[in-house]
Amino acid sequence: MHSSVITFPGSNCDRDMDVALKKFGFKNKMVWHDDVELPKSDLVVLPGGFSYGDYLRCGSMASKSKIMKSVLNFAQGGGKVMGVCNGFQILVESGLLPGVLLRNKYLEFICKNVFVKVNNQDNSYFKDIKKEVYEFHIAHNEGNYFCSNDQIKDINDNNQIAMFYSDENGNVNEQSNPNGSLQNIAGIFNKQKNVLGMMPHPERMIDPALSGEDGSLFFENLINNLR
Amino acid sequence: MKVSVIITLKKDVLDPQGKVIHQTLAGMGFDNINEVRQGKYFEIDTKETDKKKAEKNVEDMCKKLLANLVIEDYKIIGSE
Repeated sequence: MHSSVITFPGSNCDRDMDVALKKFGFKNKMVWHDDVELPKSDLVVLPGGFSYGDYLRCGSMASKSKIMKSVLNFAQGGGKVMGVCNGFQILVESGLLPGVLLRNKYLEFICKNVFVKVNNQDNSYFKDIKKEVYEFHIAHNEGNYFCSNDQIKDINDNNQIAMFYSDENGNVNEQSNPNGSLQNIAGIFNKQKNVLGMMPHPERMIDPALSGEDGSLFFENLINNLR
Repeated sequence: MKVSVIITLKKDVLDPQGKVIHQTLAGMGFDNINEVRQGKYFEIDTKETDKKKAEKNVEDMCKKLLANLVIEDYKIIGSE
């Protein structure tokens, strides 16, 4: 399986993602934002970070960079595109995913482990996933998911919510919502479920000595599903 | 020609920064405020000399980059 991680100026989780993808068997290539063509890929990942210094709105500048035309074509042709954290912000700004990520409700940069409950397993990312509730890390200032009433109706009608912030038992409630996200949304799909955006970082949970192994479950399952 | 445009959060979008500014102003003794909403201001100096065309062009910029229409409204407030 071939993957590509796009590096934008200000990306800082691109190497972690590279390490994670390779650990679980992907042949990964790093792709510079100013490149025009994507290498042969079964999965394209937009990593976390602070692309373009978060100028204007997080992800807005990166969403217009050269490589994004190829990423848009790839996604529109059914290719798998995953955005994590700033990558999620880039995906909403590019129009591949609905909605927007606002500043966290309590105006704090949040850096901690949270629990997320996977909502939809009918897709290549979570099909046959072994657990329902995962411990992942979040680190963001703008992760407060928001969209219009029409959009949230569409999202629910098409079962596009990928994961909710929850407690460790999978209860989705206000206490387990770290940033004020609408309906506790931590990640969403596009309608076709080939594009996934999420604020939590699975690539930070791939080593028991450093953190935990819930990210390992995610990547192992992902490569098996893509094979 | 210089075109000025302001971008503000739509009315039903939470503006936590505006709220904090409101609270701080109230704490400083400005106790007559109903609400504070924060926005952005852009001044775009364009080569276009025709006012209509320049404004149309800036409107296009707002739709494509400067504003996110899910949460923001834009308003061209002047050109000279």
